[in-house]
Amino acid sequence: MNEPAPSSTGGASPPVVELEGLEVRFGALRALANVSARLTGRAIGLLGPNGAGKTTLLHTLLGFYRPAAGTARVLGLDVRRQNKEVRSLLGYMPERDALIAGMSGVRFVRLMAELSGLPPEQALERAHEALFYVGLGEARYRPMESYSLGMKQLAKLAQALVHGPRLLLLDEPTAGLDPPARERMLRLIREIRDSGEVGLILSSHLLRDVDECCDEVLVLKEGEVAAHTDLAEERRTNRRFLEVEIRGGDGTFPDAVRDLGCELAMAAPTRLKAVLPEGIGVADMYRLASEHGVQLRRVSFRRDSLEDIFLEAMNGGAPEAEPTAPDRVDRADRSREGDHGGL
Amino acid sequence: MAVYEQSYKRYTGAETPRSLRFLVIPRYAYERLSGSKIWWVLLAASGLTTLVFAVLVYLRQNAKALAVFGITASDFAKALPIGGGFFAVFLGIQFSIGFLVVLLAGPTLISMDLANGALPLYLARPINRLEYVVGKFMVLGAALSLLTWVFGLGLFSLQATLESGWLFEHLDLGAAIFVGSWVWIVVMSTLTLALSALIRWPLAVRGVLLSIFLLLPAFGKAIHEGMGERWGLLLNPGEVFATMVRQLFGLPLTQGPPIAGVWALLAGVFVLSVIILARRLRAYEVVS
Repeated sequence: MNEPAPSSTGGASPPVVELEGLEVRFGALRALANVSARLTGRAIGLLGPNGAGKTTLLHTLLGFYRPAAGTARVLGLDVRRQNKEVRSLLGYMPERDALIAGMSGVRFVRLMAELSGLPPEQALERAHEALFYVGLGEARYRPMESYSLGMKQLAKLAQALVHGPRLLLLDEPTAGLDPPARERMLRLIREIRDSGEVGLILSSHLLRDVDECCDEVLVLKEGEVAAHTDLAEERRTNRRFLEVEIRGGDGTFPDAVRDLGCELAMAAPTRLKAVLPEGIGVADMYRLASEHGVQLRRVSFRRDSLEDIFLEAMNGGAPEAEPTAPDRVDRADRSREGDHGGL
Repeated sequence: MAVYEQSYKRYTGAETPRSLRFLVIPRYAYERLSGSKIWWVLLAASGLTTLVFAVLVYLRQNAKALAVFGITASDFAKALPIGGGFFAVFLGIQFSIGFLVVLLAGPTLISMDLANGALPLYLARPINRLEYVVGKFMVLGAALSLLTWVFGLGLFSLQATLESGWLFEHLDLGAAIFVGSWVWIVVMSTLTLALSALIRWPLAVRGVLLSIFLLLPAFGKAIHEGMGERWGLLLNPGEVFATMVRQLFGLPLTQGPPIAGVWALLAGVFVLSVIILARRLRAYEVVS
């Protein structure tokens, strides 16, 4: 339990998830077909429409389903042969309602901690802490049947992390939540991610959830890999695109922006589109505006890269942009092999 | 992960042995069972029954005490021989009380987990399906053990203590108490767990159990009396268990169902229950 959390920078550490030709069948139905990917991110998003195979993939990693072909490894361990070892490293938050009837929140989370191997006293202490952490501290002695949907989601998150797993599997964590509860859930997930103590795999059909929380994304469609992208790298690329709306100044501001090395397009005298070179950031733009007496009324990044990737994957073509990370080779290989099926 | 820090920290302390973690399941269930007043009433009834039988055993060995009631020791010994019949009656009463314990504690054991989607939470941890079932089985197994063979062997020990030389002549009775109790416990517990997994609604599980033990015997009796077939008595679970116990205690088997049918039925119910549990207890159902 003391190994470092998954990291994309760890050279010797195994990938978080490694899939090789993974196939899962339910009778005649192929739920996952020849899925191969090497996922190394700290926060990995599984994206796809309903029925794409996201939950099936999570359940296969948990050992609920037996692969018909291929292999799946979690943190270097084979999910078929080292199932218990794998599950001892995981925390799982299921999509559906999951509670144990007749228990208070703290008793429920304590039971889950003890099943994961914590001694009773430590389990109780961690249960209290986990419930406070997710924001259920005041409601921890209430019967779980009396919890609202949002509270049940938080309780599920608490039981998933109470034993201190190395990898959290979150299946549609914001499903059914109202906007404030959803924001709260996403904030918690980001905090957990940023703690650096645990890796996470977030399965969702909501682009924004994945976009806000993940640095790597695997897009599934009809049980196959439709795209695999290093989102952090995509963001770095997109950060160069800035839209700025200005007021005032003596008209020399655009030239000053060009002098910084930016490519510039002007939609109107007061609206600039700039492509920032390496090393130039928003702070430089503010400094420049201040020097030229210009008000920056609006500064926005283009953040639609994930949507682009997703839509292109769903429409059957790989994204036009060249892969920006080695893992995107998977998609390129599949394109060359003509293995897209109906995509 | 201190409360005041409100930040996530991994757990790095000691862990319990992986092979013993399933014992957490019955421990939590016992804590819940001990909060039930009905459980304590049934336990008291079982304990009281044992006490009455213990008094009878004591009186049989104590002529002075019998004299107070104007009964001679030989008359009492003739009326109440301490043998297979004595312990078979004792187990019969304890099985009846145990059946009420099964009705109280059994139907919720798995059905509530399935109804509330809790099974994936168990199976996402280092607990497999067999350990989950064994953990649930232990809840009934331990409670019913106390009522049957633990109290039964207590009586047996009392008799062995009070009458010198009795123990070595009647060791087979001790074995019969133990084996008969366990056969009943295993069949009742697996059947209840299977029904709990199959039906998922505790009230309905109780209804089915009551039907099996109260309504089926009526059909069995109709077959037995109408067609003159002893096989019809196999539909009477009470008769089935009584016949099994009678055979173990070496008592005559003239009235009940055929003994081969009894053992085949008990084995069949157990196997069928295990098959149901194996098919129903999955983290998620898959519709092919």
